[in-house]
Amino acid sequence: MASPVANTLSSLTGSTASPRATQDPAWVRWTLTGVALLFLTFFLALPLAAVFAEAFRRGVDAYFSSFADADAIASIRLTLLTALIAVPANLVFGIAAAWAIAKFDFRGKSVLITLIDLPFAVSPVISGLIYVLVFGLQGWWGAWLIEHDLKVIFAVPGIVLATTFVTFPFVARELIPLMQTQGSDEEFTAISLGANGWQTFWHVTVPNIKWGLLYGVILCNARAMGEFGAVSVVSGHIRGETNTMPLHVEILYNEYNFVGAFAVASLLAILAIVTLVLKALVEWRHAQTRGT
Amino acid sequence: MSIQASSIRKTFGAFTALNGVDLNVSSGKLVALLGPSGSGKTTLLRIIAGLEFADEGSGQIRFHGTDVTRVPAGRRKVGFVFQHYALFRHMTIFENIAFGLKVRPRAERPARGKIAERVRFLLKLVQLEGLERRYPSQLSGGQRQRIALARALAVDPKVLLLDEPFGALDAKVRKDLRRWLRRFHDEIHLTTVFVTHDQEEALEIADEVVIMNQARVEQVGTPQEVYDRPASPFVYQFLGNVNVLRAQALANAGAHPGALESDGRVYVRPHDIEVVPHVPGSAGMIAVLRYIHAAGPQARLTLEQVQTRETVEVEIARSELTQLALKTGDIVNLRLRQGHSFADDYAI
Repeated sequence: MASPVANTLSSLTGSTASPRATQDPAWVRWTLTGVALLFLTFFLALPLAAVFAEAFRRGVDAYFSSFADADAIASIRLTLLTALIAVPANLVFGIAAAWAIAKFDFRGKSVLITLIDLPFAVSPVISGLIYVLVFGLQGWWGAWLIEHDLKVIFAVPGIVLATTFVTFPFVARELIPLMQTQGSDEEFTAISLGANGWQTFWHVTVPNIKWGLLYGVILCNARAMGEFGAVSVVSGHIRGETNTMPLHVEILYNEYNFVGAFAVASLLAILAIVTLVLKALVEWRHAQTRGT
Repeated sequence: MSIQASSIRKTFGAFTALNGVDLNVSSGKLVALLGPSGSGKTTLLRIIAGLEFADEGSGQIRFHGTDVTRVPAGRRKVGFVFQHYALFRHMTIFENIAFGLKVRPRAERPARGKIAERVRFLLKLVQLEGLERRYPSQLSGGQRQRIALARALAVDPKVLLLDEPFGALDAKVRKDLRRWLRRFHDEIHLTTVFVTHDQEEALEIADEVVIMNQARVEQVGTPQEVYDRPASPFVYQFLGNVNVLRAQALANAGAHPGALESDGRVYVRPHDIEVVPHVPGSAGMIAVLRYIHAAGPQARLTLEQVQTRETVEVEIARSELTQLALKTGDIVNLRLRQGHSFADDYAI
């Protein structure tokens, strides 16, 4: 039965080990892969490399000496302080909101879900302006704040507030779908077995959401440290006092201190890379615990 | 411990889940709450457990005469098993079963050794010894269900409530496990209420069946009672297959043994219809055989009445089918061994 036609057919189909229904010709596959790689190189890998190249342009000594500067240290300290307040605040809020939304039915639930998303929807600059409007000198509570000698805008409290607002949704957004798919049966079981609310929360709810929670916290932290727009509006750019790392980078760059700017920027870049590695690790662990 | 629920009402917004429901479960019985989805059976079970509360001002839940309507779930001494088991997925089987004992206040908590002893006893009781160190995800569906049962029993409940206990299992395991539950119940004699939408399951293992429909109880009785003497057309249709025939057509054919009822409908089980070869002029409803389904213990015949063109389902023994030598397209006479009628005012 080895007719010429059959031979031709078998040579066509036999060229690859096991053809798949979704496979395209080789030139299409290579072109698409090539375009994707080119895109990644130009828009992601090159800029990252450029940050480090610029930072080390004058040598390792110049790189490290830019961190010896008092203003740089102050900006790093302020960024850490901001994250240290904003992340735990949003952790508590995120769990509370996700718990309420996933486990209970109440009036106005969809409004609450929309409100949680608000910081993602508005431009960070607008987020900053909101706080200037409320707490600023000409704002609603401006006069009252001055009377009591409290400074919010152009001071650390404003920066913390703006950062908290912008990073508001990360933890809640991560937990809501997770808790919704898990349902409340395990909690109900714990309660019918005699556990109180606190025991149910710590022994049943938290272990079930811990990986999602960690994931949300990592993303929240990354954004809290890297936030520029909202913080820029409320900060006032006072050197050594109200400059966070991203603001400090901008100032140095505008002063043509490229090594200094890129050195601080490289710290932020390292933070981003560490975040991504952590995120991958958490996702991997999460998949593992689900699989077993 | 006995359970009494009296005139329980529960609404979710505009939806009425329970509309004045009464339920009496005597001590040590295995009772099935049977009904289609949305009939309110799970809501009733959750109200008995204290996981849901009846509407303000509606009736009471009593355990052995004591009013527990306002008692929270954790203090009702109730074991509750969910359809999807709700095992704590991050805990081992041992930790799952021990949970109810470990969360007790320090003064009431048994010693470590006592807890371990109790867990091993319960694992033996549900025939799953040696699984202490496993995680729920490493167990089969049937095993998980039994672990959920053991966990519920750990706190020494006075009442056991099971929500669709076999609903998530495949057909074979389902059958094995429900027979196991019946034997298990005979051993421990704990008052048990289980919810199911599967009439076969309820009729097979329950001492008493409570049939629910549209937020109300339709009928209560032993499996035999509810099957043989359904109280309403709904129960008739819900428990097994039934043909609804027009009494007039039967009377014309001289096929109906009893008196005519007012609504003109007769309910007949497929196995209560006799198939005889057609002889012109003889008694019986004339029908054409449309389909023979013989892959099973009994042969199911689908016939079409000549006079009304309505379909009739009949079940006969395989041997009878061979004897009659029927094939599709044959004309036969149908005679009723028994049928049942209801008065007009019953709504289906």
